[in-house]
Amino acid sequence: MNTVFERPKSLTATNTHYCPGCTHGIIHRLVAEVLDELGVQEETIGVSPVGCSVLAYNYFDIDMQEAAHGRAPAVATGIKRVHPDKIVFTYQGDGDLASIGAAEIVHAAARRENITTIFVNNAIYGMTGGQMAPTTLLGQVSTTSPKGRDSAIQGYPLRVAEMLATIEGAVYIARVSVHNPQEVAKAKKAIKTAFELQVAGRGFTLVEVLSTCPTNWGYTPKEALKWLVDNMIPVYPLGVKKSLEEAKG
Amino acid sequence: MTKVLMKGNEALAEAAVRAGCRYFFGYPITPQNEIPQYLSKRLPEVGGVFLQAESEIAAINMVYGAAGAGARVMTSSSSPGISLKQEGITYIAGAELPCVIVNMQRGGPGLGSIQPAQSDYFQSVKGGGHGDYKLLVLAPATIQEMVDLMGKAFDLADEYRNPVMILGDGILGQMMEGVEFPAEETPVTLAEKPWATTGAKGRKPNVINSLFLDPVELEKHNHHLQRKYDRMAKEVMWENYKTDDAELVLVGYGSSARIAKAAVDLARTQGIKAGLFRPITLFPFPKEALQEACKNANHVLTVEMSMGQLVEDVRYNLEFKVPVHFYGRCGGMVPTTRAVLEEIIRWIKSGKEESNEHSV
Amino acid sequence: MLKVEFDEDRCKGCELCTDACPKKIVIMADHFNAMGFHPATVVEQEKCISCGFCYRMCPDVVITVRKEEKTS
Repeated sequence: MNTVFERPKSLTATNTHYCPGCTHGIIHRLVAEVLDELGVQEETIGVSPVGCSVLAYNYFDIDMQEAAHGRAPAVATGIKRVHPDKIVFTYQGDGDLASIGAAEIVHAAARRENITTIFVNNAIYGMTGGQMAPTTLLGQVSTTSPKGRDSAIQGYPLRVAEMLATIEGAVYIARVSVHNPQEVAKAKKAIKTAFELQVAGRGFTLVEVLSTCPTNWGYTPKEALKWLVDNMIPVYPLGVKKSLEEAKG
Repeated sequence: MTKVLMKGNEALAEAAVRAGCRYFFGYPITPQNEIPQYLSKRLPEVGGVFLQAESEIAAINMVYGAAGAGARVMTSSSSPGISLKQEGITYIAGAELPCVIVNMQRGGPGLGSIQPAQSDYFQSVKGGGHGDYKLLVLAPATIQEMVDLMGKAFDLADEYRNPVMILGDGILGQMMEGVEFPAEETPVTLAEKPWATTGAKGRKPNVINSLFLDPVELEKHNHHLQRKYDRMAKEVMWENYKTDDAELVLVGYGSSARIAKAAVDLARTQGIKAGLFRPITLFPFPKEALQEACKNANHVLTVEMSMGQLVEDVRYNLEFKVPVHFYGRCGGMVPTTRAVLEEIIRWIKSGKEESNEHSV
Repeated sequence: MLKVEFDEDRCKGCELCTDACPKKIVIMADHFNAMGFHPATVVEQEKCISCGFCYRMCPDVVITVRKEEKTS
């Protein structure tokens, strides 16, 4: 009997603080599996900004820096410029990346910063208790859009992957989900591609991962996955939005 | 040692490179633009990295990342830009990261002006960001002193794992003066940084962080920081100029101090015993030295390019034992030697018992 | 050695693994774990095909999956 699936080495044994059924946990594991498979655990530096995943430095068994809200791409830039031979990634939520940190992510891509960003989109602010995010869907109720997001007042959901795909410095942009085992496998493949491109020094890569927030959506973990499929995927279509081959062509 | 005529901003930038700084992240803002411009040429020449960020906020966070990765790193800006960096600066202080931050002050508040000022004294010395933290603040008054202080600033930053601010102003940045540089060859040996994030190979992972959700831990962390700030007391630096027998002691830093010094000489020609006390470190504040300089004084007069900020610390550190007055210009206006002299004469004539009221 | 092993005290009872199992053998136990959740478990170990789908869907790395070597 040999072990086929177990905790990746790049994850600590610490039990996470995430709510039951929150798919942050799956995404953390995928990143850790990729770091193990690429053999770069000891050469990777992660950046975890403010948000539910700020405590990621307790869960990734690698060098980490905690960053101010929205500033992870800038912090990562500073690290990468000092250690261009190391692997640097940011792990950011949608409030962090698409709202306060929108300039930082755009310019990291524009500068063709050779870093990887894991962008977790759960259409809400989790840590602070369920406020509306730039990715909150039209009609979606949150603690700051109590009657449901109304485009007349709060505009439209921001499609970050498509937006960043227009930037030349971005060499790989994909949106994936983790709502069932098959999609988890696809998500891992995309994350691995992103890190491989960084290892090869090709430029800025980002994987947007649709994720659930059972607590603030007000659903059980299983219902939350269903809500994601029924409501988020139509607004945030999955797939590769930019890849190097196109960039080459 | 060759003397060369150089603009302040460029001399400072060259001194930083000589001090072993290899990383600069900044953003354009008058009157400090020559610093990033100079370094955009110079740093690549020495295998360093110059990066113009998309904003001062991004720049200071790049400094955070680079410092956390173990680099000797700096940034520079001017008043409004320094305001934008405040959150980043308190993160750097909280995470105990070494870096140098240059502020070539300009007229404020708001967009203000592009001429020189010193109205960021409180922001620099009391902490412009949230939380109990301190920057070690150095205030050069000449371009030579700016050059000499750069090396010390980086060493102090490494020694205390703390951000160090060089508090200049538009005059110091834009003025040209003769300046000598230490020999290029003296290689700078940088301090070991086992705590830095360089990739956890053969060691436990390092975490650069200022988050302590457990209040017990954060209180302990604050006490640790406070002990560090107390230890900085030994770094005090100041200059006394004719204060031994001074009846009236002028107090000023940076460009204002130079104007005050000229006023002291002018006063002395008229038989008035004036002197100047010039703090070079604004934090730690040279309290004992100030008290010593003012022990015979009947009046103390601070000269600032602001509406009066240093004056409060002078009163406080003299424990209100002697009347402390203020004279200043602001908004980018620069005090004249003659105007300072008139103030000196006014106070000398008014006798001893004047109150500490605020005169502009 | 179990084919599929649950570190019960890590489980937050989210049940995502139960849907993921193609053999429908992952169930929630009646007892409580250290955190007061009903942990997931597999009783019918022999039906497990070691596919790891439960492992994939688990946010808390509760599950370890093993495979019998094919005896040639």
